[in-house]
Amino acid sequence: MTSPDTSVPGASALRQTGRLFTLAASVVALTFRRPFQVRELIQQFYFIASVSILPTALVSIPFGAVIALQVGSLATQLGAQSLTGGASVLAVVQQASPMIVALIISGAAGSAICADLGSRTIREEMDAMEVMGVSPIQRLVVPRVLACVGVSVLLNGLVSVVGVAGGYFFNVLMQDGTPGAYLASFSALAQLPDLYVSEAKALLFGLIAGIVASYRGLNPAPGPKGVGDAVNQSVVITFLLLFFVNLTMTAIYLEVVPPKGS
Amino acid sequence: MGIEVTVEGLSKAFGPQTIWRDVTLTLPAGEVSVMLGPSGTGKTVFLKSLIGLLKPETGRVLVDGVDMVNDPDRKVFAMRKKFGLMFQDGAMFGSMNLYDNIAFPLREHTRKTEKEIRRIVLEQMDVVGLLGEERKLPGQISGGMRKRAGLARALVMDPEIILCDEPDSGLDPVRTAYISQLLIDVNARIDATMLIVTHNIEIASTVPDNIGMLFLRDLVAFGPREVLLTSEEPVVGQFLRGNRHGPIGMTEEKDAAKLEEEARAADTLGPVRPIHIPPQLRPSPGLPARAAEARHAAAVDAILPTLSHAAQHAIRENRAHLNQTGGLT
Ligand SMILES: Nc1ncnc2c1ncn2[C@@H]1O[C@H](COP(=O)(O)OP(=O)(O)O)[C@@H](O)[C@H]1O
Ligand SMILES: [Mg+2]
Repeated sequence: MTSPDTSVPGASALRQTGRLFTLAASVVALTFRRPFQVRELIQQFYFIASVSILPTALVSIPFGAVIALQVGSLATQLGAQSLTGGASVLAVVQQASPMIVALIISGAAGSAICADLGSRTIREEMDAMEVMGVSPIQRLVVPRVLACVGVSVLLNGLVSVVGVAGGYFFNVLMQDGTPGAYLASFSALAQLPDLYVSEAKALLFGLIAGIVASYRGLNPAPGPKGVGDAVNQSVVITFLLLFFVNLTMTAIYLEVVPPKGS
Repeated sequence: MGIEVTVEGLSKAFGPQTIWRDVTLTLPAGEVSVMLGPSGTGKTVFLKSLIGLLKPETGRVLVDGVDMVNDPDRKVFAMRKKFGLMFQDGAMFGSMNLYDNIAFPLREHTRKTEKEIRRIVLEQMDVVGLLGEERKLPGQISGGMRKRAGLARALVMDPEIILCDEPDSGLDPVRTAYISQLLIDVNARIDATMLIVTHNIEIASTVPDNIGMLFLRDLVAFGPREVLLTSEEPVVGQFLRGNRHGPIGMTEEKDAAKLEEEARAADTLGPVRPIHIPPQLRPSPGLPARAAEARHAAAVDAILPTLSHAAQHAIRENRAHLNQTGGLT
């Protein structure tokens, strides 16, 4: 159905948002409908993992270190040196790790997904599938989105570990922190819900990256340039959404879950 | 037997641009029809509307009681399985080789074993002359081969309605003749309702039972082949002769001043080619006669007295030719 011509400012943005949510809803609904595309899912999972593991690991070491150093020096100034470990762990696990994962999933995997779906769309492969009674969303989009989500959640664990280890290393080696105090402050400040919210964020960010990339890939402007633009936009839109969603989730979490020790 | 497709008052626009409006026609069950039209008149859009990929703003497309335009997706999807669509560029899946491409609908929609699938796929690849190319990727073959592969993929499910988007574009005249024969043979074998969209006069004048023509946002004509080929309508005549005499210009409709000027300088426009009406193609030897031939003949007989003299003459000529080469069934 073509949309009516309206000149209300913002109408087109609203329409796009509506379509994005429609796609998200269909993806969720079709995830549970047979036939399940297991092979495609495994292929995509493997592909996304292979393009994102190395960059993620490489980014998370310096990132963990930067946070540890910054928090460490601040804590020293405030005279709370013994809490450095817990504070930097919270920053890494809750904020840095899901964000790093999401940026890399969107930059490395989302762009590839968008380019792939986009070139298929302009070659009419999507139309061809629909004509043959196969839903491209079920067949191509669902496995990609699920793979994005799965890899995000798993990578988030990796980043948390690597980031915390990096922080520990730099704090103990370069700022003369004591290993015992660093570890002891973990349990003083951090709690299990911190890890849960971190994984929940990673899951949601992976979902957003996958859906936005697929949405732009399914709706490129005509021609090869349209696909290029779509890839570009999908990454930018994902970044914007991620920071906004992260803000919301963080605010809600801090309201709902009482900080440890209070 | 094929299914009748009824199009009623169909209009399609993209934003402010009207593609065509109020198109009404019937593709008779099992018959072969051709839709002619200059490039950019919305022939592809028409095919996609028939199958429900694009949704025209007004009108209906009725196939076996299902309205492909307005009915819920569930019904439209189910009905699509009776269609085979050959895309203009083949629309093969770039990541699969030809064999897997052609086997795709069978693997998705049937419980056939790999052995049966192999038999059907190789048979269809043989029919379109692609045997031996199974392992090639769509990117490694020529445009004409991609088209034929697209036709094979459209045929594996034994569709009851076949839509072909410019089966000839990118093919040389010999290949075009082969594909014309191929389309008639397919019709003889499975008696599917067929609509071929093209601007190739060779195909239009030898293959179909009916011809329609889209021009300047309207369906200017639709009727039996001989009626269109003998039409006095300037647009149809110009298109069939393929010259610059007439209302079709390089871009849109010519304006009146331009037409007048041309009338004065008529001899600079090149010779006016007379339209020759060849006999309709018949199925290859060994195949059954086309079941639609008799139905079409009966339908034409019913309106024969209302047709122009030239059309009646052409129809009688064609009948005489058919009788010589095997007779009406
Ligand atoms: N998805 C679309 N969005 C906007 N305009 C379109 C779309 N598809 C086709 N058109 C326009 O419709 C017209 C007819 O296109 P098409 O059906 O491809 O012509 P033909 O197949 O007869 O050469 C063209 O002017 C084209 O720009
Ligand atoms: Mg076309």
